[in-house]
Amino acid sequence: MNRFAALLDRLAYEAGRNAKIRLMADYFRATPDPERGIALAALTGALSFANAKPAMVRALIMERADPVLFGLSYDYVGDLSETVALMWPAPPPHERPNHSPLLSEIVEGLATLPKRELPVQLARWLDGLDDTGRWALLKLITGSLRVGASARLAKTAVASLGDLPPDAVELVWPGLAPPYEDLFAWVEGRAGRPETGDPVPFRPVMLAHAVEEADFAALDPADFSAEWKWDGIRVQVVAGEQSGEEPDGARPVRLYSRTGEDISAAFPDVAEVMAFSGALDGELLVMKEGRVQSFNVLQQRLNRKAVTPKMLRDFPAHVRAYDLLAEAGEDLRDRPFLERRARLEALVTRLGQPRLDLSPVVPFDTWDALAGARADPASAGAGADAEAVEGVMLKRRDSLYVPGRPKGPWWKWKRDPHTVDAVLMYAQRGHGKRSSFYSDYTFGVWSAGQAGDVLVPVGKAYFGFTDAELKLIDKFVRANTVNRFGPVREVLHTPETGLVLEVAFEGLARSARHRSGVAMRFPRIARLRWDKPPREADRLETLEALIREG
Amino acid sequence: MRPEDLLRPSPKGLHCPIGDFYIDPVRPVERAVITHGHSDHARAGHGHVLATRETLDLMAIRYGADFAGSRQALGLGESVVVGGVRITAHPAGHVLGSAQMALSWRGLTIVASGDYKDAADPTCAGFEPVPCHVFISEATFGLPVFRHPPASAEVAKLLNSLAVFPERAHIVGAYSLGKAQRVMALLREAGHTAPIHIHGALAGITAYYAAQGIAVGEVLPATAARKADLAGAVVIAPPSAITDVWSRRFPDPVTAFASGWMRVRARARQRGIELPLIISDHADWDGLIASITATGCEEVWVTHGAEDALVHWAGTAGLRARPLHMVGYGEEDAEEGEAGEEAAP
Repeated sequence: MNRFAALLDRLAYEAGRNAKIRLMADYFRATPDPERGIALAALTGALSFANAKPAMVRALIMERADPVLFGLSYDYVGDLSETVALMWPAPPPHERPNHSPLLSEIVEGLATLPKRELPVQLARWLDGLDDTGRWALLKLITGSLRVGASARLAKTAVASLGDLPPDAVELVWPGLAPPYEDLFAWVEGRAGRPETGDPVPFRPVMLAHAVEEADFAALDPADFSAEWKWDGIRVQVVAGEQSGEEPDGARPVRLYSRTGEDISAAFPDVAEVMAFSGALDGELLVMKEGRVQSFNVLQQRLNRKAVTPKMLRDFPAHVRAYDLLAEAGEDLRDRPFLERRARLEALVTRLGQPRLDLSPVVPFDTWDALAGARADPASAGAGADAEAVEGVMLKRRDSLYVPGRPKGPWWKWKRDPHTVDAVLMYAQRGHGKRSSFYSDYTFGVWSAGQAGDVLVPVGKAYFGFTDAELKLIDKFVRANTVNRFGPVREVLHTPETGLVLEVAFEGLARSARHRSGVAMRFPRIARLRWDKPPREADRLETLEALIREG
Repeated sequence: MRPEDLLRPSPKGLHCPIGDFYIDPVRPVERAVITHGHSDHARAGHGHVLATRETLDLMAIRYGADFAGSRQALGLGESVVVGGVRITAHPAGHVLGSAQMALSWRGLTIVASGDYKDAADPTCAGFEPVPCHVFISEATFGLPVFRHPPASAEVAKLLNSLAVFPERAHIVGAYSLGKAQRVMALLREAGHTAPIHIHGALAGITAYYAAQGIAVGEVLPATAARKADLAGAVVIAPPSAITDVWSRRFPDPVTAFASGWMRVRARARQRGIELPLIISDHADWDGLIASITATGCEEVWVTHGAEDALVHWAGTAGLRARPLHMVGYGEEDAEEGEAGEEAAP
């Protein structure tokens, strides 16, 4: 474990992609099975432990530390695992475990120990590790192992052991399980390519880059096909042949999120209509009376393990398909987009299911024409669904389906966001990297109150600004604090003095949870308006008008 | 008689009304007693300065020979009586010349320790606990998350990185008075014999350390070296320079930083540090507690840093304790420009 922890520690500070891959590859080369496979599972997020939650970690440190000192330390460090790792008291020499635990021992223990025995065992492991080891163990069990190395990078490191392209590992990955001994044997040339046994495997998705104004000069409209970018969630529908293994001889069907999470259980209404064998890529939406509903409505169905009949009735789900990755045992990912699209159209037509339709192609011949369609989807074919359009997608007609985010074949071109000038009201210290900065901002707009205009909070944003801007805002917050509430500071905000933030956002909805009655979707700081006095910031009526228009 | 009759906080610094002098005053005063040469404690413009000879020398290097109207050297272990108050200097273990100033008057002893550490340091005399009634402590690292590993282990990390990346310069950010020279001496103790390249801002103080017999080894100006010669070399610079345009002259540098703050990951990442080295000239949490306990004091006054936590601990240990809320300390030296509240969460 200490060795794995040292790797994580190095990765956390290393900024270079290639250096990270080298560090991981070195670790995999020097570490035996099954330890390295468990490490790979940890790096790719394939491990989860139902029994070890932050509350248990907190309870352990409370038995060993003064609660006031813990509170002050946590407030300073800003990260539970790191705080506990750093202040964990060393056991007296005679009570110190005589060996430091292996990662694989810990993972096995976590999977098999009854919940009531876990705290004692966890404490024993922590006693046996150094502070880096404790930090890594706690990060692991609380499911927040973020070391700046993505799953993709870890797989690339594995591929580099055998000079394979990274996609080679991605393609076999869905059928594999920890500790991945067959994978290591293959990349090291000791065995053949592992075969997947899953009849309905997830296929790593292809993602698009955001297109910039300057990119268009180098792009020829004739090479591209366009479609709407829907404001739903990306979903991969995988259906298998009918088989005796499923109950009632039913067809196995899985709905995967773009990260490969199985969300089938929450969407039985769409899963049951997928009477085909293959894998398609589309947008999960809520459709009522023939109209796509807003993302806020879709959210009623998200992040739920089970679904009630009422939800199925009130928020019926729908898949709007835009790509076909496999059909009847045939992998289509190495075919050009136009061919996949033609196969998809034929399939969707043949199925004739009301809960599954095609994402229409948006015709255009110049970029200006497409810009016009993007600005006004309603009159460019999206009709009543225009509200659910958040931009357009551009796909090269000849693009193959490549996992990851290759630059060039696919682009996303989002609609211009809405912006509003709001006044900074409260600032909260960030966590992690930003633990010494006031980086979470609550902002408000003017509204008529009983004694004249008052600011009402309309949202909270914690990104969109540069590091240099963060320092300036932080300085402003510290110099203009009028009140403190724990980690939150109230910042001076009078009509004459305060900081105006230009806030960009994607949409607005009515909200009973917010005092202002509105909730923003995806708000972020677009610009700092040092030049603007707070009295010139926007009013709540402006936002309310946006909701009505919407 | 209350301790406050002998020493009390004031806007200019800790004031002794009986002897009419200030300890580490932040504004110009007639009589100043200075614990050590860091610029938040040792400022120019006082009428008369009492300090160790090394501290007086370092102030002259930093501020010029006329930094004060007159000066008086007090050796470690020596005493002087000012207005009936006996002042004795004891080693503080912080940097070269650093002293705790013990004030005794009518059977009452208060120790103003300035900044201190109880860990070993080849560049200065080690901290000695002084029996007293009131101990005045800093709390720069006054949280139990701060436990500094042995400095030799951190220097080993640096040497290991030099071995792994022999083609890259290793730029180590270190405070120019004390930390920089301690890193040099630790590298020499670990057997590193190659020349160490330094930023110009370190030259005067490093030469003074060498003249005092501190083994800093061969030290060369970084700017005079050819780029190729700096591959695999250690370069030491003030913290502000390591991410500045100044550092662009070095081949593919590894950015290291020697500071107690490096114990907290977010701190290292905020600064873009690739190789954090937890080397501090301040006592860590265990060191603060051990040092305070060793004085046998009845009361602790906490000057700057994480006052709340240390005052809370003192309460649980049965000691009277009060935060002094002194302003102006920890700003230049709270290890490397950690300003204001950053040093005192």
